Amino acid sequence: MVQEAKALDIVELVEQAVAKHGARRDAVIPILNEINQAFGYIPTAALPEIRRRIHAPAEGVFLADSHLYSAASFYQLFSLKPLGRHVIRFCESAPCHVMGGRQVIQALQNELGLEIGETSQDGKWSLLTTSCLGVCGVGPVFLVDDDIYGNVTSDQVPEILARYK
Amino acid sequence: MKVIRSMVLVSVDQASLERGAEEVFHKFLEEIDEFGLSDKIAVSTIRDVGLRDDIPLVIVYPDAAVYGPVRLEDVHTIVEEHLYKGNIVPHLLALMRELAPEIAWTRDRRGTLPIEKRIVLERAGIVNPESIEDYILNDGFQALGKALTQMTPAEVIAEIDKSGLQGRGGAGFPTGRKWSFVASTPGSPKYVICNADESEPGTFKDRLILEGDPFSIVEAMTIAGYAIGAHEGYIYIRGEYPRAYHLIENAIHQAEMLGLLGDHIFGTDYSFHIHPHAGAGAYICGEETALIESLEGKRGMPRPRPPYPTTYGLFGKPTVVNNVETLANVPPILRNGAVWYREVGSPKSTGTKVYTILGNVNFTGLIEVPMGITLREVIDIYGKGMRNGKKLKLVQTGGSSGTIVPAKLQDTPLDFDSFRNAGVSLGSGALLVCDEDTCVVDLAKVILRFFRNECCGKCTPCRIGTLRLYEIINQISEGKAVLSDLEVMQNISEAMSEVSNCGLGQTASTALRDILKYFREEVEMHIIDKVCPVGVCPIAKHESELMQKAG
Repeated sequence: MVQEAKALDIVELVEQAVAKHGARRDAVIPILNEINQAFGYIPTAALPEIRRRIHAPAEGVFLADSHLYSAASFYQLFSLKPLGRHVIRFCESAPCHVMGGRQVIQALQNELGLEIGETSQDGKWSLLTTSCLGVCGVGPVFLVDDDIYGNVTSDQVPEILARYK
Repeated sequence: MKVIRSMVLVSVDQASLERGAEEVFHKFLEEIDEFGLSDKIAVSTIRDVGLRDDIPLVIVYPDAAVYGPVRLEDVHTIVEEHLYKGNIVPHLLALMRELAPEIAWTRDRRGTLPIEKRIVLERAGIVNPESIEDYILNDGFQALGKALTQMTPAEVIAEIDKSGLQGRGGAGFPTGRKWSFVASTPGSPKYVICNADESEPGTFKDRLILEGDPFSIVEAMTIAGYAIGAHEGYIYIRGEYPRAYHLIENAIHQAEMLGLLGDHIFGTDYSFHIHPHAGAGAYICGEETALIESLEGKRGMPRPRPPYPTTYGLFGKPTVVNNVETLANVPPILRNGAVWYREVGSPKSTGTKVYTILGNVNFTGLIEVPMGITLREVIDIYGKGMRNGKKLKLVQTGGSSGTIVPAKLQDTPLDFDSFRNAGVSLGSGALLVCDEDTCVVDLAKVILRFFRNECCGKCTPCRIGTLRLYEIINQISEGKAVLSDLEVMQNISEAMSEVSNCGLGQTASTALRDILKYFREEVEMHIIDKVCPVGVCPIAKHESELMQKAG
């Protein structure tokens, strides 16, 4: 993932996303999603670029940067600041908790030396928690980037983390 | 060609092997050969049969008869009587655990293995979810064809209404009635939204429907569109389900290529388009008005209701919002008729329900069974009993917003009516089974933390209530609370359920309310005696630290 989004990249990416999802209001979240995925976060510079390209006269929509900021800051999969190269999302919902999640999150914290919500000094890891990921049959569960790990025990944590450079 | 008509599975887990499973296995091969059945019967092994003492087990398919414990000398009888003559041998069958008197699934049951009744998951795991040909070969698009060519929109709605189908998202609102509201509301265009923002902790039924049978949702949405007079539909899939999104995108594309979606479907005048839409991570967007706000590119904050989406929905137009599981019931109902559907389940709650079984049981996963099964059956039969032989303490039904059912109420049938009468929510169908090692304070803490995180912040009772409840439960778990805090909690909880704007705030303290009702003593021990009986709360740790220092 890119650490700092360049201005040129942003314009190009917004244009691609608008071409793909359209310029109606219902395209706002999908466009933000594309940007978040490409950069690993949503650079605030992207917001006016999106605003300029969303036209929805029929819906009587007046879209301001603040509307976009409001949306971008609401959803858990979006980040407004750069995260680590690898992002861990640990499920802290009740089913995973009952199946032994408490020990696993403790092991993650110990192994990485991070509190929940922190990014490591070297920019390698971000440790986040998430609500249910919908794979509760194999809890406890966590995501590393797009890879999902289920039935995890605290012993397995070091070995899983070692797979990421 | 060799046609296998039966399959024999011998359990070969460690415990079974110690009791002679291998000999039993070879004896089966020998005896089957003796009867000249080697070409017709396959013998194989099964590794995981859960914790039981009647091993080795022998399961014979397709009858799903379970024999156990099978001794070497029983093999001859089973082969001769069951495999050769075709009669199940009753005296050798394994005893299933004690069952409640009314067993919902008896009608379809043969042998002793519980049978599921699959309607919405009928094709899941059987067809290739990426192939429209596979879907069509398995009755796919028959219902849509029938609706478009032989039925008027009003007839489609009448059939759904007659089937008694109720919404499977949690509220249980009659689907036919919802459709007829939108159909009769003036205004254009109208929209169909499939709510696939399945975020209730412990629930993943919709994901499996979308991933196992995506075409059925495309077909069902089109039928809904035809019934209400809509030409555009959205399927809002939560951002955490990329695979489901990809499969739905593919299903839409393939259906369009064959003229089963898009303009002039089946060559008729009817046109319908579906837009897949990915969410971005917000539990609240499962609430239908929040979902609509989110679709419109805003924060997912629920609208005040009324007006309901049926009159003022997406872009202010009349909109039907249906859950994935609800929609998945639509094609089978049209294909087989409302009468057929009514035969499944209980009279007031028709059809099947998909449940997810989670927590401290031997088998976690997903089942589809007729309405009316009891928790005891779910745990004993499908969950294969409690893990490590522990005792059942409670079950949380319907996800984190759901109710807590203590062990003593586990014989209540799971259907909309009985549950309503017992003050229990069926909700999303998640059944979180907790054993005696679960501390109710710790459980409440996790649930309340969830709601504090997921509260959208729009209305005051919920915004402040979720935070305050979480703070107090933390104090209880640390042994810093006083008894009057319980009263404060109860007051907040009542206020939240009465005046919160949407379902999130109204149900956030359901689990807490039930815990205070059924497990008050245990909570009070944390406060009065500063003791966590199970030993998970932080006070327990303080105690042991103090003991160490003293020691």
